[in-house]
Amino acid sequence: MLEIDRLSKRFSGLVAVDDVSMRVSEGSITGLIGPNGAGKTTLFAMTSGFLPVDAGNVRFEGATVTSMPPHDRTRLGMVRTFQIVQPFAGLSVRENIAVGAYLRTPDRVDALAEAETVGNRLGLGPMLDLAASSLTVAGRKRLELARALATRPRLLLLDEVLAGLNPTEIRDILPVIRSIRDDGVTIFMIEHIMQAVMNLCETVYVLNEGKLIAEGAPAIVCSERPVIEAYLGQGAAARLQAEGGQPHA
Amino acid sequence: MYPIPIIAEALINGLMLGAVYALVAVGLTLIYGVLHIVNFAHGAFLTLSMFGIWLLWEHAGLDPYLSILVLTPVMFGLGYAVQRFIIGPAGHGRDNSILLVTLGISIIIENGLLVVFKSDTRTIATDYGFRVIEIGPLLLSWPRAVGFLVTMATAVVVWLILNRTDAGKAIRAVAKEKLGARLVGIDVNHIYALTFALGSACLAVAAGLLMPVFYVNPQTGGAFVLVAFTIVVLGGMGSVTGALLGGLLIGVVEAASSLFLGDSLGQIGIFLLFILVLLFKPTGLFGARI
Amino acid sequence: MSARDLFPILPVLLVLAVLPFLGLSGSLVNLLIFMMIVTLAAQGWNVLGGYGGLASFGHAAFFGTGAYATAILQTRYGINAWAALVAGVALGSLVGAFIGFLTFRSGLKGSYFALITLAFAEVLRILANSSEITGGGAGIVVPIDYGFENLQLRDRRFFVLLAVVCVGLGLVITRWLDRSKFGAYLIAIRENEDAARALGVDVMKVKLGAITLSAALTALSGVLYTQNFLFLDANVAYGPWISIEALFAAIVGGLGTMFGPLIGAVVLLGAGEVTKEFSGGIPGFDLLVFGVILIITVAFAPNGLAGISLKGFRRKKSGDGAGASQDGGADA
Repeated sequence: MLEIDRLSKRFSGLVAVDDVSMRVSEGSITGLIGPNGAGKTTLFAMTSGFLPVDAGNVRFEGATVTSMPPHDRTRLGMVRTFQIVQPFAGLSVRENIAVGAYLRTPDRVDALAEAETVGNRLGLGPMLDLAASSLTVAGRKRLELARALATRPRLLLLDEVLAGLNPTEIRDILPVIRSIRDDGVTIFMIEHIMQAVMNLCETVYVLNEGKLIAEGAPAIVCSERPVIEAYLGQGAAARLQAEGGQPHA
Repeated sequence: MYPIPIIAEALINGLMLGAVYALVAVGLTLIYGVLHIVNFAHGAFLTLSMFGIWLLWEHAGLDPYLSILVLTPVMFGLGYAVQRFIIGPAGHGRDNSILLVTLGISIIIENGLLVVFKSDTRTIATDYGFRVIEIGPLLLSWPRAVGFLVTMATAVVVWLILNRTDAGKAIRAVAKEKLGARLVGIDVNHIYALTFALGSACLAVAAGLLMPVFYVNPQTGGAFVLVAFTIVVLGGMGSVTGALLGGLLIGVVEAASSLFLGDSLGQIGIFLLFILVLLFKPTGLFGARI
Repeated sequence: MSARDLFPILPVLLVLAVLPFLGLSGSLVNLLIFMMIVTLAAQGWNVLGGYGGLASFGHAAFFGTGAYATAILQTRYGINAWAALVAGVALGSLVGAFIGFLTFRSGLKGSYFALITLAFAEVLRILANSSEITGGGAGIVVPIDYGFENLQLRDRRFFVLLAVVCVGLGLVITRWLDRSKFGAYLIAIRENEDAARALGVDVMKVKLGAITLSAALTALSGVLYTQNFLFLDANVAYGPWISIEALFAAIVGGLGTMFGPLIGAVVLLGAGEVTKEFSGGIPGFDLLVFGVILIITVAFAPNGLAGISLKGFRRKKSGDGAGASQDGGADA
């Protein structure tokens, strides 16, 4: 569904993403993890078209979209969310979601109806007529998801959709993400919260200092030496092994 | 084509007027660099200062250059008060709101002056207004030369204030890292007002330097404000050195374009330059922050 | 947009249309015409500044282009006034699209956008002041030739009607923004450009559309100015006064609201008239008052006069337990 082919990005000499290739298969929930500053968000920004690439290619459903502007990618069916949620503060929750829905219909009544459907599905039903700015963090995260879903995507790029939520809120939103996938939307997500990655993703990619250092099933990847060292520092894997401890991130 | 000495003379005189532009722009860029606001009232503040100089001349017989000493603390205080009690509270920290508040202030000042002084144009006739310095074949305007020198001296003073005083260090700290400055106990609102005061004080100096060679009416500042913005953008928003260099450049450009295009069309050069720089090089030609 | 959406516009237009026939004095009729002209310019400003969040200091560029185009086409090329009106609006829109293309391509927003629009207007003012075709500093006079076909009406009360029709068009367009995909996209861009882009909004296209529409309405205001006063010079057409009044009326009346520009223009020009009366016509006094009103509005009522009444309305509504949104629920 999504192929990232040897993508690179430099910022004034500093290599943020270095020759990274990934593949997200249709119907999967694929994770992208790595320590802070690993280049995850940069990779996402290039994948969604918000940042021009220095080298490499992005293909979506076989079509090369490397230099396609973001709004056209959304039209094709891949949509991103933002790590720092960005609600349209002056609009109601319903109108916020309708902005997404307008991508597939020019009609206001249809767009508002679609907004209501999507909003209800994401548990925003009672809040539809509130100002978006009055939502809690958890509410804003759901709104961010709802708006993206209203564009009827086939691939959803989620940038730390769980960050800032408390454990109860995370527990509540995990099934929502899974149900989105079950409805046929492929999900590619940056996530910091390991528990959630283990729980949701079939495949994860690990970035460190701009390089891809591991890929595979989450349980296996997380016990690989480079991954542990990327997170915990050099020598950590050896120490853990010496102590006979089972590494879990 | 004009003979070379005439062109050289025009350009050097332009350079020297540019120095006074630079002073206006230094105040503006200082305010931008620290408060990150575009002070649209800057031109009106200049007009106000020029009327101040004119009043002191007309009613107290005070020489414009001496009046600078009187007016600088006044403008400093006024600038402090306007930022602290009007722009700060009314702008709610929003870019567009602040811009509109400063627009409102400029309209109030401009029309207040119109109400008090009518639209008449006022000048000061000093005995040195038309004095020239002869350098080889070149005749240079004496008051413009004074303007050039005093501007440079003022720039040095501003630099010293920013780099050698505690208040200046606090100003630079706020410019760099507002939140951090607040965390170490710097009163950010006070520093904002102080910076605004410093920027306004520069205008008192500029007004004193301008009045012997220029005129004032309630609209005078309006002509300066876009020029000053052009300079600030050219120099890189927030860069004091950039503003100085930009001011000199603009002075020369203006002299050249009014020499070749005539006075009324001459102004177009500045606006076009402003548009082009904003469109194609919004980070300015000289970069570098304060 | 349904007929029901247009319903609140009708009574307002009716009142405005009937007003001049209730025996208003000549000077009040003239004031009413001027209010409508400023309203129209402010409606144009509101499309871009209110809905799009792009505050311009240079709407004179569009006003002046509409005004000059009409005057020049009639006087120098003998073109019919109505055709000149269409051409004036078209040229004004074109100037808008051109300025928009350049500035949006460079990503200019906020203060930078305000300043660059001012610079564009000033360039046009200087050009108009020194070029032959505009009559230079002396300006341009449209000869009096009364007749509906010449868009010159001897009975000024009928000119009010004409202006009210144009303002009605402005109201309908603004209503359409409230009720359409384009308007929703424009507001989304105002609130958060990146988020809008991620949701599939072609930001450049929507902004260009907004500035073109905005310029068209303001150019129409310029056309009306020419037809009403039959005289123009560079300071009238491209001078800062109209940029300022359009902005003032839109902000004081209420940014991004349908009736804001109308309310703002009526209140401001009304207040200006009253202060002129009280101050004995000292020049500048009315603008001084405008400046104070602007600061007070920004400080205490960022949603303008329409915002104040809307807030009261919402409070009442939520008191009835009907929720806080003023329209979202009704249409779904």
